[in-house]
Amino acid sequence: MRKKYRILLAKPGLDGHDRGIKVVAAALRDAGFEVIYTGLRQTAEMIVEAAIQEDVDAIGMSILSGAHMTLFPAVLDLLKKRKCEHILVFGGGIIPDEDISKLEKKGVGKLFTPGATTGEIIEYLKKALKEGRKEEAVF
Amino acid sequence: MFDKDKLKKIEEEKRKWEGVYKTCKATNRRCITVSGEEVNPLYSPADIANIDFSKDIAFPGEFPYTRGIRTNMYRGRLWTMRQFSGMGTPRQTNERYHFLLQRGQTGLSVAFDLPTLMGYDSDHPRSLGEVGVCGVAVDSLKDMEIIFDGISLDKISTSMTINAPASILFAMYIAVGEKQGISSEKLTGTIQNDILKEYIAQKEWIFPPLPHMRLITDVMAFSSRHVPKWNTISISGYHIREAGATAVQELAFTLADGFAYVEAGIKAGLDVDDFAPRLSFFFNSHLDFFEEIAKYRAARRIWARHMRERYKAKKEESWLLRFHTQTAGCSLTAQQPENNIARTAFEALAAVLGGTQSLHTNSMDESWALPSEKAVQIALRTQQLIAFETGVANTIDPLAGSYYVESLTNKMEEEAEKYFAEIERRGGVLKGIEEGYFQREIAEAAYRYQKEIESKDRIVVGINDFLIQDEKIEIPILKVDPEVEKKQVQAIKKVKTERDNDKVKRSLENLKKVVQGTDNTMPAILECVRCYATEGEIVEVMKSVFGEYVEPPLI
Repeated sequence: MRKKYRILLAKPGLDGHDRGIKVVAAALRDAGFEVIYTGLRQTAEMIVEAAIQEDVDAIGMSILSGAHMTLFPAVLDLLKKRKCEHILVFGGGIIPDEDISKLEKKGVGKLFTPGATTGEIIEYLKKALKEGRKEEAVF
Repeated sequence: MFDKDKLKKIEEEKRKWEGVYKTCKATNRRCITVSGEEVNPLYSPADIANIDFSKDIAFPGEFPYTRGIRTNMYRGRLWTMRQFSGMGTPRQTNERYHFLLQRGQTGLSVAFDLPTLMGYDSDHPRSLGEVGVCGVAVDSLKDMEIIFDGISLDKISTSMTINAPASILFAMYIAVGEKQGISSEKLTGTIQNDILKEYIAQKEWIFPPLPHMRLITDVMAFSSRHVPKWNTISISGYHIREAGATAVQELAFTLADGFAYVEAGIKAGLDVDDFAPRLSFFFNSHLDFFEEIAKYRAARRIWARHMRERYKAKKEESWLLRFHTQTAGCSLTAQQPENNIARTAFEALAAVLGGTQSLHTNSMDESWALPSEKAVQIALRTQQLIAFETGVANTIDPLAGSYYVESLTNKMEEEAEKYFAEIERRGGVLKGIEEGYFQREIAEAAYRYQKEIESKDRIVVGINDFLIQDEKIEIPILKVDPEVEKKQVQAIKKVKTERDNDKVKRSLENLKKVVQGTDNTMPAILECVRCYATEGEIVEVMKSVFGEYVEPPLI
């Protein structure tokens, strides 16, 4: 049996609004995920490095500043360079629908917008990560 | 408040009423405040029997100012209608200011972009993707000159939401005044300059706490001599609340920060009455109408009592808690955004009934982006409706004497005092920040709130009830032109070629010496901005001496 799913939660860019990501961190932890939170002001390099070091299944990024079109692709590109495309990148924030479809085309997983519940995030991760793995994780 | 026999009779009658009440069919809706507090179905004189009118409530303009800081409140002057605003390039922001002033706004409030808030120039690698997005980009005095082009600084008061690099932007504002021929003594306005709540909630710090506290006391000392009408700190609960705090936490943590600044000023050798009159406050107005009103009333009373009794301030102005209010951004929904107009109106009404000195009303589209012209006009009009059509500004503190509001005001004060004692026990505000105490308290409250929504203990219209399936957003959403970044990078290049670079170098070297020593930093910063040193260059000099703060990640 494999270990619990490991999720890296990160705040990239200069934005310091961490209410959302902390709520998600607490909810994922309570739902049986292992959560690693990077803290604030992470560059794409720092996030990818931490994800590889921590051997995570997914990276969740919270961006409320409007810089999502710069920051999500930066992390995807680096994961590709490091040959770690198996790591799922998902996120949340104030992201308009048209940007969501552009980012999804680039390979970003689901992006949760204001009003989303932690329940939806948990269900999504369980499903998406199960598809990426042979055995189901324990909860 | 009531004589004993009458009170006894009231209590008997209340018990009788409760007997009948218990037999009534009750709703299964949970009756809790936005802060998750249980409240009683009814309040009566018995709940405020211990109030001493003269000591606890008194008259407006009189100690302890529960009813307001001015004798005639809005009968004298309405609150300042001040929309927080800034986006894209300095020119675009200037255009928005002219639009707002033309629509009857009575004060300015500058929103800076994230690189400016964090002390990075627009051409810094860390600014990529963030220039002009959350507010206006300011790199040098040139940008500030454009922002205030055609706006005479002696005719309007300006609030600037700037914290870590506050002294630099303040210096730029003073320098814009000089260019307009207006001396600094005549300038009126506010810089937020509240670093403690940055560590606690908003998280836009640059340096470690102690150097930041020095920059703040430098501003306090400089202003008391040269910019006497300026509010040197806007001690802010707004961001603490937005981060998830309850009303009591907002109240208690904000006032605790206020006391910490007072103590820092006294420790720096200033006379409390020289700087305390220029401390101002900034609160949130969330949706729980009475809870918010009680919070403002309690805040005034607590501040007055502590300033007079604990800090021995002698001037009346030192006892007055003057505050700005912004309606709660975190209460807005992206779904059915038009509903936010009503939410904001309720919140604004609470702020006015609570006696605010100035007010920002959020626009309906702010869950999506910075507001469109149309949305911000409706938000401003909401304030004008309250001021001129509802009649609530005609009578001072009209909710005083309400059994509920007075009882809630008392409770707020008591709960805040408990927090002050706990903060004291932990060794003060800075120690609490270091240990993550405030951050943890707030995160726990935010998680509790989210769980209440998901369990439907709390209904949020459009979020967990009254949904519209496949809703289409029909309001315009403002987009910041991606060209802004390029334009701003070009502008900074131009400034750097046109200025006297030798002079810039000398002024930055002088600043470094001052920063390393103990002299007031403001005159040296002013010298730097006058010769168009950029914000980033000035911050780099300070970082080389002060270092940078890194928050331990807490969840």
